Amino acid sequence: MFDDIGNLMHGFSVVMQPHNIVLMVVGIVLGVIVGVLPGLGGANGVAILLPLTFSMSPTSAIIMLSCIYWGALFGGAITSILFNIPGEPWSVATTFDGYPMAQQGRAGEALTAAFTSSFVGALFAVIMITLVAPLVASFALRFGPAEIFSVYFLAFCSFVGLSKEPPFKTVASMMIGFALGAVGLDQMTGQLRLTFGFETLLGGFDFLIAVIGLFGIGEILLTMEEGLSFRGKSAKIDLKIVVQTWKQLPRYWMLSLRSCLIGCWMGISPAGATPASFMSYGIAKRISKRGHNFGKGEIEGVIAPETAAHAAGTAALLPMLALGVPGSPTAAVLLGGLLIWGLQPGPLLFVEQTEFVWGLIASMYMGNIVGLIVVLTCVPLFAAILRIPFSVIAPIILVLCAIGAYTVNNNTFDVVMMLVFGVVGYFMKKANYPLAPMVLAIVLGDKAEESFRQSLLGSQGNLGVFFSNWLVGTVMTLGLIALFWPIIQNGLARVRGSIGSARPVQ
Amino acid sequence: MSVTSKILSFGVAACVGAAFAVSAPAHAWEPTHPVEIIVPAGTGGGADQMARTMQGIITKHNLSKQPVVVINKSGGAGGEGFLDVKNAKGNDHKLIITLSNLFTTPMATGIPFNWKDMTPVAMMALDEFILWVNAEKPYKTAKDYVDAIKAAPDNTFKMGGTGSKQEDQIITVALQKATGKKMIYIPQAGGGAVAVQLVGNHVDSTVNNPIEAVAHWRAGKLTPLCVFDSKKLDYTDKIAGDKSWNDIPTCKSAGLDVEYLMLRGFFMPPGVSKDAVAYYVDMFKKVRETPEWKKLMSDGAFNQTFMVGDEYAKWVANAEKLHEGLMKEAGFLAKSN
Repeated sequence: MFDDIGNLMHGFSVVMQPHNIVLMVVGIVLGVIVGVLPGLGGANGVAILLPLTFSMSPTSAIIMLSCIYWGALFGGAITSILFNIPGEPWSVATTFDGYPMAQQGRAGEALTAAFTSSFVGALFAVIMITLVAPLVASFALRFGPAEIFSVYFLAFCSFVGLSKEPPFKTVASMMIGFALGAVGLDQMTGQLRLTFGFETLLGGFDFLIAVIGLFGIGEILLTMEEGLSFRGKSAKIDLKIVVQTWKQLPRYWMLSLRSCLIGCWMGISPAGATPASFMSYGIAKRISKRGHNFGKGEIEGVIAPETAAHAAGTAALLPMLALGVPGSPTAAVLLGGLLIWGLQPGPLLFVEQTEFVWGLIASMYMGNIVGLIVVLTCVPLFAAILRIPFSVIAPIILVLCAIGAYTVNNNTFDVVMMLVFGVVGYFMKKANYPLAPMVLAIVLGDKAEESFRQSLLGSQGNLGVFFSNWLVGTVMTLGLIALFWPIIQNGLARVRGSIGSARPVQ
Repeated sequence: MSVTSKILSFGVAACVGAAFAVSAPAHAWEPTHPVEIIVPAGTGGGADQMARTMQGIITKHNLSKQPVVVINKSGGAGGEGFLDVKNAKGNDHKLIITLSNLFTTPMATGIPFNWKDMTPVAMMALDEFILWVNAEKPYKTAKDYVDAIKAAPDNTFKMGGTGSKQEDQIITVALQKATGKKMIYIPQAGGGAVAVQLVGNHVDSTVNNPIEAVAHWRAGKLTPLCVFDSKKLDYTDKIAGDKSWNDIPTCKSAGLDVEYLMLRGFFMPPGVSKDAVAYYVDMFKKVRETPEWKKLMSDGAFNQTFMVGDEYAKWVANAEKLHEGLMKEAGFLAKSN
């Protein structure tokens, strides 16, 4: 333990070298740009910039690359809040309340809350990595297909239970999502599904294309219908907004702590940042006193997903280093980088490459602090983008969306798909079908299906595998509780017989 | 084989040198804009790592005047990438790195593609496959494990692997044939995840490539039982304790007559100029001489066979036949084939 702290201090001394600090700032700025452009994404960004780092020392290189990663995590929130376009999959849940806040002229507040919660989440995860890395790595090993499915199940259940829209429309929307998610190659049998002989459908519908279309293009269509009026919001260019928002944040410490825990767990398990953000949002909506207000511009609805996503994104680096299994696509690219620098991720990395490992962990601390400073100073600048008239900004967004959609797979057909999804999104909103269940089903549906079928293959079709040990049994039970929470809540209220504020603990 | 290829490469180099001794640029053709390397697989996998290492080597050692760009087109088990190259007729600035899905994807899915739709450039290496078990299990040799499989009823042992109807499952089917017992094959998305499922005891064995499992071997979590090659691996450096890659016996010597190697080679679109192919062959030869490449080869315990031209095309044709036989036997061919 004392050795570790000594190593960490040594790590800090490596990271604090001037050229490493410069690399850090450069990495953060590049990462924010990558995160802002929808579709470019952290994984692509890191992959493109990876070769630049081959001439550096491994420690400097990983500092820069992981800072790109932090930057992308921070940057994803910006377009979600300002334009309802999630730059990264894990920012989708941030749009639910972030965008309404921006529409009400509270963009600065939403951005500050998003960035600060991201920082809190990441910091929590880094501290956890510092203290309990070996323990956590062995916990991650317990996750076989059944355990992983139970985590996805919990993510679905915690998000689905409460929906304001009619249940039928929620289910319909989710089923369309599942169907879209199933298109392409079936991982389990190696067969093509629902491609109808079209070569362009081989790759299936990428989640990002659907999201950019449904949210971004759909939103532009809706606004156009309302008329191309001057929609610029009078967001003040003032750093005071940061301080003002900070004053309210300590009130939500419980929410933050819960989101941190959800995030760390999902990052390690390794389900990743996207289900973490959805799950955290769903649970916050259910538990919060102001839950009924979620979706209309509630600051808690920004804090919950952002904290969890960042905690998960950071925690995902641990299985990568300790086991060689990336917890996210971006981590996968970083992993490739490690191999190229001659570092072998795995249990021995912590023993054989102490300088590198603790340098990386120290850079996680520093990178996040530097990142927070960089993005917070830019909050007024970002918020000011909303003052530009819609008729000017809309074509720019459209171009950015098209570039983003193309970049995901370098495929022009995806741009057409994005426009189709935009029209679909428009009509779904008009008909009051919720978009979120569909998005959730596209992003997690095929993964949940995969682990479900892997589990059943292993158990030879016996469903008992989902309750075969305490870990998977507990998570499945939690999922069922989350699914039937409204009914349970009613029941509890009745049992207590109290009037009005009957509320379970928390 | 490697001797002939060395002589061949020397010969080619000498010819090129002689032909262009006067003018400074030694090539009849050079790229005029960035060169794309298509990876028909996801980021972080074996093919992707190799392509990105080469990109780094080419940049660092200034082997190309134009930048090299790596693009992943992994849709439909790589089918997307292959169709992209097939349809880029005459494009001298496009390369694709292949793995076994060059054969398995069109056979299993029936997409309209065959390797003959592309121009073969060079084989860079062959990737090995090793039979791994968890170190906590009592199996010390391949024979121990095979005996255990034979003694148990069908579908007792679980084999983890990457993807479905691809190389890992083909080897599993071959193992089933050799042991006469059925195994449960559980597909995962990537090789790293497969190895960790084995460390966590969620499957009984895997056929991971060396580079995917070496970290866990060194940490004492996994035991390599045998290698699916006709000879032992060449690398004698001590890797895990006092063991080297060279200490792993061949599966054949352990009574498991199964051999499988995976192609890591390059192709170009149809109808490209001969000069362009010669340019890339020359570039790849230079890549093979760099210390970074040698390190990648020894880290991954690759079989370093290098082939170009007709020899390479002949090898690919044979490999295709081999795959067709294996896939047919396993019942993996698409119905339309």
